[in-house]
Amino acid sequence: MRLKMTGAQALVRSLEEEGVEIIFGIPGGVLLPVFDVLYESPIRKVLTRHEQGAAHAADGYARATGRVGVCMATSGPGATNLVTGIANAYMDSVPLVAITGQVATNLIGTDAFQEADTTGITMPIVKHNYLVKNPADIPDVVQEAFYIARTGRPGPVLIDLPVDVSRGELEYHRRDHPVLPGYKPTLKGHKKQIRMAARAILEARNPVIYAGGGVITSGASPELRRLAEENGIHVTHTLMGKGAFPETHPLSMGMLGMHGTRCANYAMCETDLIIAVGARFDDRITGKLSEFAPKARIIHIDVDPAEIGKNVRAHIPIVGDAKQILKDLNAAIREMRNEVATPDRSQWNAMIEDWKRKYPLTYDRDGGLKPQYVVERIYALTKGEAIICTEVGQNQMWAAQYYKMDKPRRFISSGGLGTMGFGLPAAIGAQLGRPRDLVFDIAGDGSVQMTIQELATAVLEGTPVKIAILNNGYLGMVRQWQQLFYNRKYSCSCLERERTPDFVLLAEAYGAKGIRIKEPEEVDRAILEAMEAPCPVVLDFWVDPEENVYPMVAPGAPLYDMIGDMLYPVEKIHPEKAEEPFL
Amino acid sequence: MKHTLSVLVENKPGVLARVAELFARRGFNIDSLAVGTTEKPEVSRMTIVVDVAEHSLEQVRKQLHKLINVIEIVDLDPETSVARELVLTKIKVSPENRSEVIEIVDIFRGNIVDVSRESIIVEVTGSSQKLQAFEDLVRPYGIKELVRTGKVALPRGK
Repeated sequence: MRLKMTGAQALVRSLEEEGVEIIFGIPGGVLLPVFDVLYESPIRKVLTRHEQGAAHAADGYARATGRVGVCMATSGPGATNLVTGIANAYMDSVPLVAITGQVATNLIGTDAFQEADTTGITMPIVKHNYLVKNPADIPDVVQEAFYIARTGRPGPVLIDLPVDVSRGELEYHRRDHPVLPGYKPTLKGHKKQIRMAARAILEARNPVIYAGGGVITSGASPELRRLAEENGIHVTHTLMGKGAFPETHPLSMGMLGMHGTRCANYAMCETDLIIAVGARFDDRITGKLSEFAPKARIIHIDVDPAEIGKNVRAHIPIVGDAKQILKDLNAAIREMRNEVATPDRSQWNAMIEDWKRKYPLTYDRDGGLKPQYVVERIYALTKGEAIICTEVGQNQMWAAQYYKMDKPRRFISSGGLGTMGFGLPAAIGAQLGRPRDLVFDIAGDGSVQMTIQELATAVLEGTPVKIAILNNGYLGMVRQWQQLFYNRKYSCSCLERERTPDFVLLAEAYGAKGIRIKEPEEVDRAILEAMEAPCPVVLDFWVDPEENVYPMVAPGAPLYDMIGDMLYPVEKIHPEKAEEPFL
Repeated sequence: MKHTLSVLVENKPGVLARVAELFARRGFNIDSLAVGTTEKPEVSRMTIVVDVAEHSLEQVRKQLHKLINVIEIVDLDPETSVARELVLTKIKVSPENRSEVIEIVDIFRGNIVDVSRESIIVEVTGSSQKLQAFEDLVRPYGIKELVRTGKVALPRGK
């Protein structure tokens, strides 16, 4: 017997069948039938204070848990407020299902109250979207949406639900499998390609592994580690790939790219074989494309065939799931090891170790409270075990540079879209998904104010997130670029922290705890106090306002052309290491 | 370089918008696009002529494939496929030159589908080159209006 129910009931039932345990959102006129049903559902409802917060929280939840995040917003402004969050999830390949209310089908296209063409607006920033016109389609659409969101290269899927469809009736029926004739992601890598890759790896003199977010998405960290360790190959990771390979591992070179380590960037310039796994050769990674990795052949492993050959030519492309491919690749290498002679790599490894020793990440410790010091202390006091969310800009880069990640799904940051205001709601989502973990949002004073209203959500949901604001009174990365490339003309980048806001008072106004820290000596005590507090805590670190993120590859410059040592010369910190640069 | 892509898509609302949006967003140039039903009611065929370099053609194909409603993409080789286009042309005619124009239409195996005192509408099908040649020949008489369908194509044999 098929059950008769309303569209709203079918939606909630379908969400329950997908195993959804939590929804982030805000109700509104055309979503009322859905929220009416949700009231009785065991699914946890998290009422955010802005729809952008709902999308980012669902995103943070998804990244921390590996499950699909779900957010909900009403038609018109509710839906358009989700847009940034959806675009963010799209750029970082995060599985998200966004459900939006829509005006009744007979009003669509009439510019009705709170009407927006949500499927049209979101088309370029979703993996797929649906405008449901018939209540009977709801179970299939929800099933397909979740399937599409989490499989292949994950991404956001939007379901736009007109109010009359929510109110309409249907006989509930759920298929065993979604029917999607045009959607068959390739998971198993091509055997011949894998053997070619295995040979190339064995024959390479100066190989490097370049690990991206895809390693984390596919859960391929153990296989990646095996590839690195069994072949003694050094690993660099992207921002999204942070935690894919333990950063404290002797084979880790740290992050590469614009604010990557010199070691990683120099290695990319000298390597003869790049093994790219789940990474997409983004412009922040390659620097000047025509001078990127001039000596290298490239093995490119990615689940999305469109990423292969998009920015750089791949010599050995392998399409499929990273975990599966790396497993097969490791087996192929073991099998071929005796047939293929591997050149002596001692010189290459020595060169890398030399770079690592000569060019560590460093900063000038003199002159007040340094943002890098704050991150270092958070790292030390949390023993590297916290989940770190970040905002976007300098705070994000310092978090990436100084909080070493040894495990996947613990560094949650807006990589592709670079969304300021991502960190706080993402931290709430991550905390709800991983209630036993300690969650920090390493924030900037500019970014955090873009979604600061979510402090209310954090307080009411009882998520004890710690918001460590590296408060420099500037849109710091903007100011840094203005300093370096626009003659120090600080046009519209100063936020005047002396005048507004008082983050401690603001925290207290929301019912959270606020602590201001101005001296290095106060840092540890404040962090420990925050860690012990059972509530959300805002740590307002007044850091050196003109501290810059170094090293840095200027936009459009090649990777070897790194700036930063002029201001913080290596000799100053390690006089014994001052030598000629290698290039 | 021009390529003709034959794209089978699910016959669902919004598919054309998705394809058009993709081309616009990724900066690919569409020369022509024709959509119609196929032998299966749930499937439509889009014949898209794109003007891109070999490297971007691969991107076009891969990006198209990422659309959930796209089922199959074939890059049609002109050697092994048949392509046709239809043009409707409204040509200015006078009693003096009407028979001359009709002669040209006959040579191109066109059909006159409408006649008035000052003009005729002619339908011609064929390859894009043939239609171009026809257009060039009748232009001196005065083309009042013209519409081309864009290319449709199928692979030969099998």
